[in-house]
Amino acid sequence: MGAAEGDWAMEVEDLTVAYADEPVLWDVDVKVPVGQRMAIVGPNGAGKSTLIKAILGLVPAVAGEVRVFGRPRGRLGGQIAYVPQRSSLAWDFPTDVEDFVTMGTYGQLGWWRRPGQPQREAARRAVQEVGMQEFLTRPIAELSGGQQQRVLLARALVQKAPILVLDEPFQGVDAPTERAIVALLNQLAGEGKTILAVHHDLQTVAEYFDWVALLNIRLIAAGPVAEVFTEDNLRVTFGGRVGVLAGGRAVTGR
Amino acid sequence: MLELLRDHTLQVVAAGAGVLGLTAGALGSFAVLRRQSLLGDALSHAALPGIVLAFLLTGSKAPLTLMLGAAAAGWLGTVAVGAVVRRSRLPYDSALGMLLSVFFGFGLVLLTVLAKRPDAAQAGLKTFLFGQAAALLRRDVATMAVLAAITLLLLLAAWKELKLLACDAPFGESLGLAMGRAEALLRVLLVVAIVIGLQTVGVVLMAAMLVAPAVAARQWTGRLGPMVALAGALGAAGGVAGAVLSSMVPRLPTGPTVVLILSVAVATSLVLAPHRGLLWRWLRQRRTRRAPHLDPLLMHLYALSLQHPDDPEHGHRLGVLRTMSPREVDVPAALEALAARGLAQRVGEGLWAPTWLGRREAEKALQREENADVR
Repeated sequence: MGAAEGDWAMEVEDLTVAYADEPVLWDVDVKVPVGQRMAIVGPNGAGKSTLIKAILGLVPAVAGEVRVFGRPRGRLGGQIAYVPQRSSLAWDFPTDVEDFVTMGTYGQLGWWRRPGQPQREAARRAVQEVGMQEFLTRPIAELSGGQQQRVLLARALVQKAPILVLDEPFQGVDAPTERAIVALLNQLAGEGKTILAVHHDLQTVAEYFDWVALLNIRLIAAGPVAEVFTEDNLRVTFGGRVGVLAGGRAVTGR
Repeated sequence: MLELLRDHTLQVVAAGAGVLGLTAGALGSFAVLRRQSLLGDALSHAALPGIVLAFLLTGSKAPLTLMLGAAAAGWLGTVAVGAVVRRSRLPYDSALGMLLSVFFGFGLVLLTVLAKRPDAAQAGLKTFLFGQAAALLRRDVATMAVLAAITLLLLLAAWKELKLLACDAPFGESLGLAMGRAEALLRVLLVVAIVIGLQTVGVVLMAAMLVAPAVAARQWTGRLGPMVALAGALGAAGGVAGAVLSSMVPRLPTGPTVVLILSVAVATSLVLAPHRGLLWRWLRQRRTRRAPHLDPLLMHLYALSLQHPDDPEHGHRLGVLRTMSPREVDVPAALEALAARGLAQRVGEGLWAPTWLGRREAEKALQREENADVR
């Protein structure tokens, strides 16, 4: 299921990120193939979220380059839709579901222009796609964890971007929500969109994703799940603890 | 009273305090939602040395000169905080606290040194600590009104950018909207709001003008637009009320009176506001304990939902719930009552499920019982 040479949605080269002199990402090279679902896997503190944020330009890189569809990334807008970690938001913000999802359209509008009927309609469609249409007027402060995650996803979908970047989309969500998100990601990949997600659960990597990048400050390996998601690579990525984390079938892939 | 309202001085003071309250309330909402309440406090304290230095450099006490000094110092303060946060391991709030004390301390030293001077020209500067609204002139208020109008227009123009900034700044950045610019704009607007308040409430009390109306307004509404409008209205009303009250009682200073009135509004809102108020929560909890049929029904719903761990909002038939309840209980009415409190929901024709809130309440009730058993 490999993409042909040159079919890269994103190419990360020699990326190094440091917080106060301490490297959190060291010389990372990753290529994300178009139309595939790719997971970033690694232990806590491996720099998974940082990699995503550096790709988006949300944290400054000490060195390295990010290309999107072959061109230097530059200022973002329209290419990559971002689903941040659910816990990074202050959910007490005074807004309802429809208005929250409408914020995803603000980028297309640019500075000063106000959202109108078309934007709100697009937001309602995105809310429907994640199965939250009955909650349009619900304040976001009153949503459950799974509902929050769906709303975050809707806010990304409304951007109609060719690339979707997600930070731990399954963390702390209920099983129906996890299934709904997986189905949606599969559908998006089927439509040719590229998915890049930080993922925690080693058991589901082979089921949910086509490609995987194993990360522990440095890139350990990246490629199709069947080739790269091996016990040896996982041992290098996670250190000694890998036997517990990923014995058995999940590692060998299906 | 009517005579009082016709009083020219009072009109000027009330207008000034009202304009200040409106601007500070509206802008403060964004600072509060960004969890940057301390920023307004730090910026206003940082304005003091700017005022004194502006006077030292120009020898003039014209409001516009001093306002420019305050604005420059406030702006320098934000730049300093940004630099400290970037180059050290100090967290943002500590950097703000440092800025506040260093700048304010420097301002106080300058004031003390100036006070020893024989000439009387510096005498009025101390009023910028707590404000002296009674000394407001018609043209001061005109300046304030123009600044306020520009500030509020910019706020409306950049509404969606400031909203993104307050709600989820990294996401805003990922959309291609430069959140750094939005943040700079918000700071400039905050500095202008502080400058507007210099003569009326002074640098020490200014933070309350920014924070109090916003905190009170948040209690009453769940949407940003109404919140900002309400915060502006509360600020303006508090300003006017404070001006009137202080003119009726001799020697009562306007600035502190306005702040006290707004504090009462905050306390009232924290206690009385529907949904978010303490009283409302307390009543709801009491009702949960008191209503005898509601609780068992919620527990039944919860127990049923546990049989569908994958889908806790799976619907359960009315008939099942009837069988589980004593005959005298009006199950549909009790379900409606649960729904009205957000604990249960109708998921289909004759199908009911607990909501997320309902499941949490049920879990809490179970825990309460367990704890009671242990004792």
